[in-house]
Amino acid sequence: MSKLEIEISSLLLKEHFGDIVQKVGTVLLRKRQLPLGVIGKECGLKIDQVKKGLCSLIQHNMVTFELHKRGFVEYEIRTGVPLLLLRYPRYIYASKTLYGDAAELIIEEILHHGQINMSSVVDKVTNRLNEAMKVQKEAAISKDDVVSKFKALAETQFIKRCPEMSDSNENDSAIPKMEIDTERMYKVPRLNDAQIKSERENSSSQSNERKRKIPKDRSKSPEPPDAGIYWHLNFQRFHTLFRDQELISAVANKLDKEASEVLRSMLRIDVSDPASPVSQPLSSHEIYHQFPKNIKLTKQAMDQYLTLLTEDSTGFVRRVGDMGGGTYVIDYKDALKNLAVAHIECVVRERFGSKSLRIFRLLLMKKQLEQKQIEEFALIPAKEAKEMLYKMFEEDFVTVTEVSKTADHAPSRTFYLFSVNITQVSRKLLDQSFQALCRLIQRREYETKEHRRLLDKQQKVEAISASLTGADEEQRAEIEDTITPPEREQIDKVKNMTKKLEMSELQVDETIFILQMYLLYAKTT
Amino acid sequence: MAGRGRGRGRGTLSFSTESLGFGRGEALPTCILQPPPIYPTLEFHPVPLLGGERQAYMLALKQEFRNTMRESPHFIQAEEKKKDIERYSDKYQLGPQDNTINWEPDFSRLPKELRIKVRRSARKYKTNVKPNISTAKHKGAEDAKDIEKKLEALEKLEETKGDEEEDEEDKEKKKEGEDKGEEEPEEEDFYDEEELEEETDYNLNYFDNGEEIDEEDDNLDEGAIY
Repeated sequence: MSKLEIEISSLLLKEHFGDIVQKVGTVLLRKRQLPLGVIGKECGLKIDQVKKGLCSLIQHNMVTFELHKRGFVEYEIRTGVPLLLLRYPRYIYASKTLYGDAAELIIEEILHHGQINMSSVVDKVTNRLNEAMKVQKEAAISKDDVVSKFKALAETQFIKRCPEMSDSNENDSAIPKMEIDTERMYKVPRLNDAQIKSERENSSSQSNERKRKIPKDRSKSPEPPDAGIYWHLNFQRFHTLFRDQELISAVANKLDKEASEVLRSMLRIDVSDPASPVSQPLSSHEIYHQFPKNIKLTKQAMDQYLTLLTEDSTGFVRRVGDMGGGTYVIDYKDALKNLAVAHIECVVRERFGSKSLRIFRLLLMKKQLEQKQIEEFALIPAKEAKEMLYKMFEEDFVTVTEVSKTADHAPSRTFYLFSVNITQVSRKLLDQSFQALCRLIQRREYETKEHRRLLDKQQKVEAISASLTGADEEQRAEIEDTITPPEREQIDKVKNMTKKLEMSELQVDETIFILQMYLLYAKTT
Repeated sequence: MAGRGRGRGRGTLSFSTESLGFGRGEALPTCILQPPPIYPTLEFHPVPLLGGERQAYMLALKQEFRNTMRESPHFIQAEEKKKDIERYSDKYQLGPQDNTINWEPDFSRLPKELRIKVRRSARKYKTNVKPNISTAKHKGAEDAKDIEKKLEALEKLEETKGDEEEDEEDKEKKKEGEDKGEEEPEEEDFYDEEELEEETDYNLNYFDNGEEIDEEDDNLDEGAIY
């Protein structure tokens, strides 16, 4: 993990979980794996504080623990996960577009709590929805609707169960043993059902014994039927969804809507492992069968669209055989590479101008070129071309290979071949995106800190005027007048600024996602 | 290379400058001796951010999520540091404490060493404290008898053991048991070790039962004999 990534993770942890978790998390990110005592020493906190921090981190699936062979417990951070905090709004939004408001709230609740059991999610979501319904004077929603949404999310593997206590738990071991098999990972427990309770008791009788001790004196409501079964988000599934959405929107932009629908149906039937670089082979008949019926498209037209997709420079789809009316695969690796290249080209255009982009594209097309050839092919005057080329070389968008005719590497007898290494440029761009992100967050933090007094005041005034429900307008106006016009102006300015900064954070993250995805697939062979 | 005095003027470079694109006789650019400006003028201005409903909604979600997390018990802030001066009463304040946790994790899923005392909610604390005072007032006589008995027993113990401090703790524990008695006997079982170390809790009980202070003082005096 790069230094920048650690810094961003640390800033994000602070924003979402407070100072202590930030310190604990940062130490773990730097050192990766540490026992409790060492963490305390490293971050200069009391042991109790470290314990609290670790509890929060474990609860949010960011830290795992295991027993060292010398008998102490070691904590390890899952390095990429704190960075995902930035993507949480996107997950929530995606679930809304897929399954509606209830699903949105379900995902939101799960993200708030890290891990949570189904019954409490369903309760909370139903309450929140009904409150909203009351305001809009609409009919209340029943629990079953929420449960069905929850089931849909689990079936499509957007949420999964956390590992559970295994039956081989010894009472005196320092850490609980947890495991889950893939079969049960997405199985929704039936609420209000005695069966699952007994199932759990069989699997973890010892843990129950211990658990029984605590709740007694707490006069808590009876244990929910699915206690011990916790759910959290399956980030990978969400990332696959985002990947598919990017591909579909790219095709829709480049070709047309029907072409994107063809690709969408292909993506829907593909059941290959999300990490594999190509999809399984899909026959034309299969695709047509899946095609949504509300869009009128003949089989012949669809075949034409498939040909179009294969011949297009995006290279998303490849024809691999003739069986079944033509067999096609989606080449994820190539597709993501092309998406990444498109992003990089945009950056080159915005940063160096369109003429430089011409040189850049030329290099992408011809792979290796000498300086003279570049000037000739790009049809740009020699001096200008040189200037632009060296500028890009200076910022590492272009690389140079020396090929010497003789062993002494004398410049006069050496070819200088310019080329573009997309993987390297993506890494560089990713790094710059992280840098930008880091500065955005820091700037926002600074702005809010600088205007904390004003913002606090405004919050207070709002709270007071909200509590004055019965009071007349005059009174309310009087309270609101405590904020002077220049102050109000200042507040608006700060709010606007933070809004812009935050929006940029979200959009930088979209670029980061594409680049990360490309680099991930570039590794697979 | 230049030091060898091989060339005059431009000849100091080991290669011909023509390959870099400088014509014969053209002056080379001079050296730059200053660092580049901190805020260079932008050659190209960035494009505006994407707008639209999706972006606006995501922004709202992001802000809402951040604010909710800030109020969540998983958000852990360090104990408020020093104010102006250290006060004696600070010890008895029920402010945010570092040694308790505000939410109740499923400890069976965590390593044993992470078990930490769960803070009872503030309201519950109050109801715990008040009845103590009132009952003490009501059945003061009974209590006094009780305590006398206990003190006697303790004295015997003291004699046998002779270890004053341990005794003190012992008594305190018993008293605690009595005070909390009906309300939460089990909890102490569970977090026994912490309870012993818990200084603030100890002080609290001591502080609340104002009537019993005298008794204790007596005891201390007696204890000081040896």
